[in-house]
Amino acid sequence: MSACDQCLARTWLLGRLSGHLDHLRSRIDTALVLSDQELITALAGKDAMEVGEAHARFAPAGAEAARERASAEGVTLVCRCDPRYPPALAQLEAPPAVLHLAGDPRWLGELDDGVAIVGARRCTPYGREVTLTIAGGLSIAGVPVISGMALGIDSAAHVATLDMHGGPTIAVLPGPAERSYPPGKHGLYGQIVDRGLVISEFAPGTDVRRWCFLARNRIIAALTRVTIVVEAGHHSGALVTARYAAELGRMLGAVPGRVTSSQSIGTNELLRSGAHLIRGPQDVLDLIFGVGERVAITDQRAAPVGPQQALLEAISAGEETAGALTRGGFELSDLAALELGGWIRRGAGGRLTVIP
Amino acid sequence: MVGLGDVAVRESRERIRSAILNADFEFPQRRITANLAPASLRKAGPGFDAALALAVLAASGQLDPAALVGVAVFGELSLSGEFRDSPGALAVAEGAKRCGLPRLVVPRERAREAALIEGVKVAGVGGLREAVEVLTGERPARAAQPPSGSSPAGEEQPDFADVRGHQLPVRALQIAAAGGHNVMLEGPPGTGKTMLARRLPSILPPLSRPEALEVTRIHSIAGLSAGELIEHRPFRAPHHTISAAGLVGGGNPPRPGEATLAHRGVLFMDEFSEFNRQALEALRQPLEDGYVAIVRGQRALVFPTRVMLVAATNPCPCGFAGTDRCRCGEPELHRHERRLSGPLLDRMDLLVNVERPSAEDLAGAAVTTSAMARDRVLEARERQRHRLRSTALSCNGELDAKLARATVKLEPTADQALTRAYTVGGLSARGRLRVLRVARTIADLERHEQVSEADLLMALMLRQRTGVESANRLGALG
Repeated sequence: MSACDQCLARTWLLGRLSGHLDHLRSRIDTALVLSDQELITALAGKDAMEVGEAHARFAPAGAEAARERASAEGVTLVCRCDPRYPPALAQLEAPPAVLHLAGDPRWLGELDDGVAIVGARRCTPYGREVTLTIAGGLSIAGVPVISGMALGIDSAAHVATLDMHGGPTIAVLPGPAERSYPPGKHGLYGQIVDRGLVISEFAPGTDVRRWCFLARNRIIAALTRVTIVVEAGHHSGALVTARYAAELGRMLGAVPGRVTSSQSIGTNELLRSGAHLIRGPQDVLDLIFGVGERVAITDQRAAPVGPQQALLEAISAGEETAGALTRGGFELSDLAALELGGWIRRGAGGRLTVIP
Repeated sequence: MVGLGDVAVRESRERIRSAILNADFEFPQRRITANLAPASLRKAGPGFDAALALAVLAASGQLDPAALVGVAVFGELSLSGEFRDSPGALAVAEGAKRCGLPRLVVPRERAREAALIEGVKVAGVGGLREAVEVLTGERPARAAQPPSGSSPAGEEQPDFADVRGHQLPVRALQIAAAGGHNVMLEGPPGTGKTMLARRLPSILPPLSRPEALEVTRIHSIAGLSAGELIEHRPFRAPHHTISAAGLVGGGNPPRPGEATLAHRGVLFMDEFSEFNRQALEALRQPLEDGYVAIVRGQRALVFPTRVMLVAATNPCPCGFAGTDRCRCGEPELHRHERRLSGPLLDRMDLLVNVERPSAEDLAGAAVTTSAMARDRVLEARERQRHRLRSTALSCNGELDAKLARATVKLEPTADQALTRAYTVGGLSARGRLRVLRVARTIADLERHEQVSEADLLMALMLRQRTGVESANRLGALG
């Protein structure tokens, strides 16, 4: 079982026209719904003849070469005509022709209750902590967590899921499945391939272009029951994922942030327009399974008492450095006790973040 | 001129000739052979001029050779016959003493410095004629007196009394001084990292006399001494573009590097992440051993490098991480961490964040004065010396894993906290050792026999970040 000639031809065509597709920017949807022939006519311009002929000649030799390349890279192919192809994806106006999989392909059939957790690359420590808690909690509950492996929120979602050894984590990449994107995340990539699944729409060796990110986001939204946006600025790609989720009738959740934080402008806007408010893993479980059907694991940290409680409140209120806190009369050793108790984390510059 | 001399030695014949003539002596019109023995040892520099000139005078009958018995002479000559100021007189005086020469003639500027060595009578002279008169007894030789002790006025040492705010960094530096720990200061530009580091020598124990002589000798050889006994611990702050040779010593002839000039004092490395990796790598061994051996051809030179290292760095490339002004993303922060995670990070027991002092801080009083802080440091050092008396160590910063196990006793609650930090807090084995060392020093400052839980927690707060971003939040999620 592998991909059929026709679907592989489509994948080849998208790769061939990748540069032209990039000119469309946010109108990429309008192109992806076109048939192969329409695409060539609409985009290829003076190369139309040449591309058309190459496309016509693609099967069977080109398709066979693509299959060989994929198997050489250890990539499994699942096309639209394959029974393993997730029905949820077929609901897209322009479902991806071939899914390129690195990792265990059997996870593809177990994404029914999956949750997408997406957000800003340039996230704040707050966003990262909330992501770790939500993704970790969902993983323990056995829920698959899907994201895009981007820096920031996306990576944190994968890391938390892997750490918990619970539900699997699935990364949908904007580039080919056989290598890490972003390249700096190859460590994380390796772990996801080993214990989860990496999905790509693109043939091995394809270059990453801007439109690939938008196309990738539609897959993340379509694969899952719920999409959670943790932090998003004005023009964050996470908002694109949220829009796809809404268009597909999937549930949409957002984590509230301070109104003064630029990384929460997008999420607060989502909440205003009716997204579900997400405070932790329990809120997500209630969305998927119904209120009270599944219970997220409870907080097992010993509640801070006395000065440590006051200290935690001061940090929550915005006194975020050890210097500011010791000026306020708090003891450094209490701070260390909170850190050891799993209530706070020290980040760059010594800034302290509360772990929800 | 034979005997393995360098260019300066070979050129000295011109200087000697001119100096002898200008001092109203005769230069013999015949072939002269001067032999510098032992011939296998390389000789460098113009310091042999005066001795050679006097030897020529003695050999040509213008000076009674008996006047030169038991006398060492050191100094460069000018063409007019004056003794020029030459670096290294202290080391020469020590050499004279070792060779059993009871008298030493040096340039006048260096007499006091050379007189620091007991058992050598030092005469400081201005010129060749004066040297001859002193040696023959025609002119009374006043034995030079060693510097009285206190450093020259006007060279006031920076004091913690001038510091406003910075409660945490000041406390951390006191701990560092008490235990001999290396420190990393992390903070935005302009918050006072350099200012704080400069004050560290003022709370270190004063130099003992042998230590002061050692430091003075190094600075004398490097040409940095003013001819006085150096009593304050040195503070050296090399620029981050420095080469490996500049940092640990090198070149030919080998010269001491910044690490040696900071011997018994503080080596401050600002913009730590910008230092050349090779230079940092070269510094690792000397920091651990307390000396550096430089081998050139057939000989090896050993320079001492017992320093406290204070490194300073911005928390991120833009410098403002931890504040709302920071514009660095995850990749920039990662790159910065990678640059920092160099060979020396292992040697940093303490990491402290230096923040901008608040307005109230600036208006308020200083946390402490150097004198107060130093008293506590001395007391803590005394406790350490007592505890470590059966070992070769003198402070907690030198403890290795084995000795830490033997000498650092924890209260049960402190032990639990440490175990927890190790098992779920992402503390590494090396990090654990660093925490133990620092906790022991904090307990010494607090006069605790055993390390209390508060001491240990404080040490945990002053350690480097582990970089572990586990979702497991120390078991918060089961």
